[in-house]
Amino acid sequence: MRSAALARPAATADELARLRERIERIERTSRIGSEAPVLPAPAGIAGLLPGGGLRTGTAYSLDRSMPLITALLAAPSAAGAWCAVIGMPELGIEAAEASGIALDRLVLVPRPGERWLGVAAALAEVVGVVALRPGGTVRDGEAARLAARLRERETVLLVQGRWPGAEASIRAGAPDWTGLGEGHGCLDRGEATIAVDVRRGPGSRRARVVLVGSSGLPAVPGDAVGRGDAGTGHEATGRRLRAVG
Amino acid sequence: MERCLVLWFPDWPIVALQRSPESRHPAGAPLAILAQNVVVACSDAARREGVRRGMRRRDAQARCPELRLAAEDPSRDAREFLPVADRIEQLAPGLQLLRPGLCVLRIRGPARYYGGERPAALALVRLLHEEGLEVRAGIADGRFAAEQAARRAEDVLLVPEGDDAAFLAPLPIALIEDERLATLLIGLGIRTLGEFARLGAHDVHHRFGPDGALRHALAAGLDPRRFAAREAAPDHTAEVAFEPPLALADQVAFGVRMTAERFIDALARTGLVCTELRVELDGPAGDGIERVWTHPAAFDAAAVVDRVRWQLEGGLAAAAAAALREGVERVRLTPEAVASRSAHEPGLFGRGADERLVHALSRVQAMLGPAGVVTPSVGGGRRLAERQRLTPWGERPPRPDDRPWPGRLPPPYPASVYPEPIPIEVHDAHGAPVRLAERGTAQGEPTWITIAADGSGTGRDGRAAPGRAERRRITAWAGPWPLVERGWSPTERRRADRFQIVDETGGAWTLLLERDEWSIEGRYD
Repeated sequence: MRSAALARPAATADELARLRERIERIERTSRIGSEAPVLPAPAGIAGLLPGGGLRTGTAYSLDRSMPLITALLAAPSAAGAWCAVIGMPELGIEAAEASGIALDRLVLVPRPGERWLGVAAALAEVVGVVALRPGGTVRDGEAARLAARLRERETVLLVQGRWPGAEASIRAGAPDWTGLGEGHGCLDRGEATIAVDVRRGPGSRRARVVLVGSSGLPAVPGDAVGRGDAGTGHEATGRRLRAVG
Repeated sequence: MERCLVLWFPDWPIVALQRSPESRHPAGAPLAILAQNVVVACSDAARREGVRRGMRRRDAQARCPELRLAAEDPSRDAREFLPVADRIEQLAPGLQLLRPGLCVLRIRGPARYYGGERPAALALVRLLHEEGLEVRAGIADGRFAAEQAARRAEDVLLVPEGDDAAFLAPLPIALIEDERLATLLIGLGIRTLGEFARLGAHDVHHRFGPDGALRHALAAGLDPRRFAAREAAPDHTAEVAFEPPLALADQVAFGVRMTAERFIDALARTGLVCTELRVELDGPAGDGIERVWTHPAAFDAAAVVDRVRWQLEGGLAAAAAAALREGVERVRLTPEAVASRSAHEPGLFGRGADERLVHALSRVQAMLGPAGVVTPSVGGGRRLAERQRLTPWGERPPRPDDRPWPGRLPPPYPASVYPEPIPIEVHDAHGAPVRLAERGTAQGEPTWITIAADGSGTGRDGRAAPGRAERRRITAWAGPWPLVERGWSPTERRRADRFQIVDETGGAWTLLLERDEWSIEGRYD
């Protein structure tokens, strides 16, 4: 469908974008009602996401950045949701706590082995946000079945890696670190560019956020930005709608 | 009104102390039990020396220098009384415990059996004497009168039917066990229970409220308190024996299924659910492995079977369980803690969110084993991996540790902490490995890190080329920060040095240098 639309010579970029938006809206209406509830996301990233947060009942594809996982789990967890992290034995508990994740509402399945998909499906029924590192490739049919369960239970799935039918992909670029010198100092904060590619959306949206907070500040970029450095915060919101690439 | 028999064990706190296993006081020694420096009970030997209840410690010791003192312990009194109560219950059913050392039972049954109230009471007292217990019995229409009779008995004192009021009338007013009311009544010139009883019930209720009215009824021999027999603690232990012994965990799990269902059903019939379960697995040689399992909600039969299986799998893996080498001969299930079933009943309109959660997590646990699903907490320690505490779902998390740990990493914390340290190489500009100099500084400037290709999750995209190590230039670093642990123990002491490093690709690490070996402790990006 996409390639067919692109092949039409008369279609301008504007027209394409408008049409895609309409298709998306129609699809969403038939799928999960016009406005599925949205779980909060950290301020720096929220502006990049369609709907301003993590839309319940959908999956997001993430890169391997662990602070990105903690940052995305923090806001829903602080708002009272249960979270599950599957297949990430190295998740830093202290970092998770410092970012605002409620540890008493966090469940870990560090090594699901071959049964990662079954575990994800079981937990998707009962927790608000599931973060998953797949133990192998997923078939489209399996992903569709899981997607149906996500929609029914209004669960958000965050996948480290590619995922068929993901609402958006969220990537954290390599951070720039401050605080550490050559033989002296101490890591203080890491700023990274978050890039969000919405499915059928017009290219990536990017923002610069503090991904790893300084001096015990939570790793929620928006918080860290708001309290730590107003300039970066403006930059983040200013660039919110700028399409790059 | 049903006639009752009160059994009173004089100086019960002293008897309990002498009967308790931790006591080392010889029989016949003068003993006193103190609460807030005041004697609350004393032995006969002490009483002969002039020690009395209500005396201060100093005065008691002055009267009797060899007096042995012990602190009051209500739980000891109760603990030691329970076997006595069980023994009495074997002799005569329907027992109500009033407090340790004092209990009441219906006299009707024993009276019929022994041919009269006095013979029944005498038989009970004699049987308890044979157990080495000194006891007095009082029989009356009401509990209060029976208790007063027991306290005044040589061995048995019987108040005839309908004579409670006459028996109580001459007794001092202080016995109503309400010090303020008694003082007030003495001030009003009322010195005996009989004089109090002669006041009009309506007036007493009007002036002293319901509590005063109750005291008035007691004094008048009209004890309104109903008899409530102690319920015998039901034995919910379930057991299954295998002949011949079973060697495979699956066989045992299958064999225990029916017993588990019976165990849960039996509890359910008494309106209870099990929240803590003791599982004992015995081999042919006798003792096996036992442990207590907790459940986040309440055990059902499948959960019980899972625990038996996990315990067996864990026990067989441990070489220590030699007792089970020839298989399992007996499985015993005991409820360690129970709760009312009403608190765990599924709601009328489907289950609550939390119950669904417990159910789903238990299902995953059944798939992966008990340690498959864990809840995290932050523990104590200096190393990052030590501070990550993972507790199997359903078990009690360890107590939080908020002591200061000098040498622990300050925030921000790395988002990845490797449970097992991952080896890494650190070289200086000339390619020589960086070591620790004598003075505790780095020897050579860290310039390159080399990450093994198969290090789990070390490549930024998790796609480090197989078979080829990845070399990155270090752009910033700091350290060493020494970690000295268990310095007091020559065998257990450990020393490591921590470094923070940022590489050219934006990777930020905390590394440990221990005995000239570098490893990755955590990763920030």
